[in-house]
Amino acid sequence: MKKYVCVVCNFVYDPVVGMPEDGIPAGTAFEAIPETWSCPDCGVSKADFEPIEG
Amino acid sequence: MTNRGVVILGSGLGGYSLAREFRKLDGQTPVTVITADGGDVYSKPMLSNAFAQGKDARTLVNKGASQIGAELSMRVLARHRVEAIDRTAKTLRLMGPDGASLSLDYGRLVLAVGADPRPYEVEQDGDVKIYGVNDLDDYAAWRDGLPEHGRLLLIGAGLIGSEFANDLADAGYQVTLVDPAPWPLGRLLPESLGRDLAAALVGAGMTLYLGHSVRRLSVGKALLDDGTAVGFDRVLSAIGLVPRLSLARQAGLAVDKGVVVDRLMRTSDNDIFAIGDCAQTAAGPLPFVLPLMAEARSLAATLAGKESPLVLPALPVVVKTPALPIAVCPPPLGRSGRWSVDGDGRDRRALFLDEADHPIGFALSGSRIAERQSLAKMMPDLLS
Repeated sequence: MKKYVCVVCNFVYDPVVGMPEDGIPAGTAFEAIPETWSCPDCGVSKADFEPIEG
Repeated sequence: MTNRGVVILGSGLGGYSLAREFRKLDGQTPVTVITADGGDVYSKPMLSNAFAQGKDARTLVNKGASQIGAELSMRVLARHRVEAIDRTAKTLRLMGPDGASLSLDYGRLVLAVGADPRPYEVEQDGDVKIYGVNDLDDYAAWRDGLPEHGRLLLIGAGLIGSEFANDLADAGYQVTLVDPAPWPLGRLLPESLGRDLAAALVGAGMTLYLGHSVRRLSVGKALLDDGTAVGFDRVLSAIGLVPRLSLARQAGLAVDKGVVVDRLMRTSDNDIFAIGDCAQTAAGPLPFVLPLMAEARSLAATLAGKESPLVLPALPVVVKTPALPIAVCPPPLGRSGRWSVDGDGRDRRALFLDEADHPIGFALSGSRIAERQSLAKMMPDLLS
């Protein structure tokens, strides 16, 4: 599972950690997050995230 | 017959985010974005940490105007200026890049024109160019010919000034930061965290003159109020923003610090809306990305036919100062209280408590910034 980074503010979503406080359990792949989810730091939509290669 | 669509003035995060959110709900209504800039899509917050990202003005661009236009089935008129709004005829008068005049009808008009850097007023000998950065064109001008490892004088140790200073110092520039406040992010941090941040910035190689201001600028040299002389190659001022209001004023819209909008982001004209740095909601001016996205979503729904009043949760802001990472969540406008700080050294949590000792804002440093999202959920909404 890849980490994803917000192209606006650089917030990194790490699937290993998830975001339990937002109802996203540890181990949730980015692709499995609801489309309505947005960046917790800057609020842009899920579409504004890119996979971190490597 | 003219198909009167949605016309958005401005191609910053506000204008383009609105267009994107609107297109999710409405694929039919014509959308036109008019911008005095080049219309490139870029991340505004990254202007103040571009060096750390290994980027310059050109590589900060995520996509060009024609690409975003095609993606969202809309027209982007780059390098066009709006000369006037005729609210009766619902027509704009524009000037194109070639200087030619043209007119464009609108059904609903959205002002997303942003803000200018606040001009820095100081006594000057000679003509010193004072740079200010609040968009990609500004950033390109600032970076162009910036002398390698040069001496840079930064005026203003607020959020943007501190971020720029840290980024430039890390990139090898000799940075001097001047601010009349006793510590950086003066209005956002309690003294203990403020002093920690100041020490961290000094540790990153900067020279700080806090509690001081520039008395006089001459070419290559600034004289501070205590008589200290600071040599520099370039000056950058980051002392705040002034919403761009001239178009709204000239059109006779209600204007205060920003263009006054209601909970539907509607100005005093029912068919004209405003969002972002140029707008003033009941929560006051909020020049941050998080409320901007909330505004874009709520206005997109309203424009698509479902009236959606703006709701703003508490607003945690991450300050990109790698020397000492900071996150802040300012209390709602006009609320008074006191700071309560725990933790030590570089890892602190400060809660801003109201009269009844309820937390209504916070500031975090170092590893404690990881608590920002859980803490933000405990804070009062800015607009509920």
